Amino acid sequence: MTRACAWRSTLGGMNAIEARGLGKTYRDVHAVRDVDLTVRQGEIFALLGPNGAGKTTTVEILEGHRDRDSGDARVLGEDPGKAGRAWRSRLGIVLQTATDAAQLTVAETVRHVARYYPNPREVDDVLDACGLTEKAGSRVRQLSGGQRRRLDVALGIVGNPELIFLDEPTTGFDPEARRQFWVLIENLARGGTTILLTTHYLDEAEALAGRVAVIAHGEIVAEGPPATLGGRATAEATVGWTDENGRHTKHTATPTALINQLSAGGRELAELTVSRPTLEDIYLDLIGDRQ
Amino acid sequence: MTRTLTRPAPLPSPLRLGLARGGIELKQFFRQKEHVVFTFSMPAFLLVLLGSIFNDAFGNSGVTAGQVFTASMVGAGIVATSFVSMGIGVAVDREDGTLKRLRGTPMPAVSYFLGKIVLVAVSSVAEVILLLGVGMLLFDLSLPTELGRWLTFTWVFVLAVISCSLLGIAISALARSSQSAPAVTNIPYLGLQFISGVFINPITALPAAMVTVASFFPVKWISQGFRSVFLPDSMVVQEMAGSWEHGMTALVLTAWCVAGLALCLATFRWTNSRS
Ligand SMILES: Nc1ncnc2c1ncn2[C@@H]1O[C@H](COP(=O)(O)OP(=O)(O)O)[C@@H](O)[C@H]1O
Ligand SMILES: [Mg+2]
Repeated sequence: MTRACAWRSTLGGMNAIEARGLGKTYRDVHAVRDVDLTVRQGEIFALLGPNGAGKTTTVEILEGHRDRDSGDARVLGEDPGKAGRAWRSRLGIVLQTATDAAQLTVAETVRHVARYYPNPREVDDVLDACGLTEKAGSRVRQLSGGQRRRLDVALGIVGNPELIFLDEPTTGFDPEARRQFWVLIENLARGGTTILLTTHYLDEAEALAGRVAVIAHGEIVAEGPPATLGGRATAEATVGWTDENGRHTKHTATPTALINQLSAGGRELAELTVSRPTLEDIYLDLIGDRQ
Repeated sequence: MTRTLTRPAPLPSPLRLGLARGGIELKQFFRQKEHVVFTFSMPAFLLVLLGSIFNDAFGNSGVTAGQVFTASMVGAGIVATSFVSMGIGVAVDREDGTLKRLRGTPMPAVSYFLGKIVLVAVSSVAEVILLLGVGMLLFDLSLPTELGRWLTFTWVFVLAVISCSLLGIAISALARSSQSAPAVTNIPYLGLQFISGVFINPITALPAAMVTVASFFPVKWISQGFRSVFLPDSMVVQEMAGSWEHGMTALVLTAWCVAGLALCLATFRWTNSRS
């Protein structure tokens, strides 16, 4: 165990991912432009954006699947464009789409992929964590969409990775399956795995991520904890109330003072509400800015 | 789930992973019924038909057309289990994301190819056994007993399987999708069988110009090599050159091994889309 700690400490204090100025162009499409990302060790980081925003391009550059045209990237301390087997043994990758291994069973597939890694997890534990124990003997082609996705995650985590990439892991899930999936991701993070996930679901980013970067048209337009994203915490509040003249709403940076003034002398305000923009408002605003 | 933090263990050896890949490849191959039916059974099916339709003896040599078909078809059969099977298999692996997944794991590319070699070797040996079984059962083919003939069999088999597998991998890059791969591989394969003396016996019945074209490709030499293994030496008069041409066979097939490797290295892609 002392050796384990010594090895662990070589990463101490380092960020799992550091990217500066990433750029990628396909013919005439600027898929990703000047993207900066920092993902700290042990955090869940979400890259949030609509379809075509450049999420897959960004994560696949960081995974070493695509070449970048410009910028610098360090993933677990190495350049993903040049890193080798030892580096890949520390990563888990869940691609946006996969239809491979159709003829194998779930257990065969996970057990086989486990062999690629120097320190794999127990296959049974992985199947259990991903809710696949009952499906262990089923052929992969017979799985439902959600089960197939959980298998992809099982294959992503079986190598016991320090960092896992999940590209739109819950697209196409029903709400129940999505919640179960979130629990799985949270458990992984609690166990010490760093997670970078992409999503176009706002509620997913809000529920899971400690920090979020919003990407639109290939550029990062906002970054921070979901609660403060796009200046949400400090944005103007809307105060609403009803009196003999009808319904009133007023935007203000100091709602407490406003209410204090309105209710002077102990006057009761009917249907009083104080609201701040929802994350959805902020998000739509952020990605709308670029459209 | 908690990560177990142990000191870095050595990465599994590429050879061990290659054998593990081989096991997985074989499982997938034999579980895919369409694949097995078309790639694996087609040569045997054609042999049964051709040998039953044309089963005259060649003069007074005592050799029947069914036996000649069997010997030639052993060659064509392993071209199916190497060239056609690789051409389609790698295109499918590229399209369904197998290759992309593997590239994101610490499994080295060499292990993937080792796995394919295991698949081709096992399925080619099975193909040979199947075709020889048909020949012995239906056309009274008897297996040679001389060691020399089995040595010839071995080197022709090895060179054939290596050159055709490499060419199959190379041609898979030409197939833009797994849908087009069967056509892209089968058209040259079928055409070459016609002009290389597999379907038409003896090869001297073909226009000389056609055989000249066929001589630039492996099928003619592979089938001729197997005819030299399974037919009596008196049958050599039915060959275009009047001899078994072992030296030329080895030369052409070796050249295709080298060319195939160069083509593979130049054309191999992990995914269909631009990276
Ligand atoms: N391989 C590719 N070839 C050409 N254009 C691509 C390719 N991959 C992505 N694009 C384009 O780049 C942009 C960003 O795509 P992508 O990174 O897949 O976005 P997202 O994952 O956020 O949906 C899109 O306009 C998409 O059409
Ligand atoms: Mg995407």
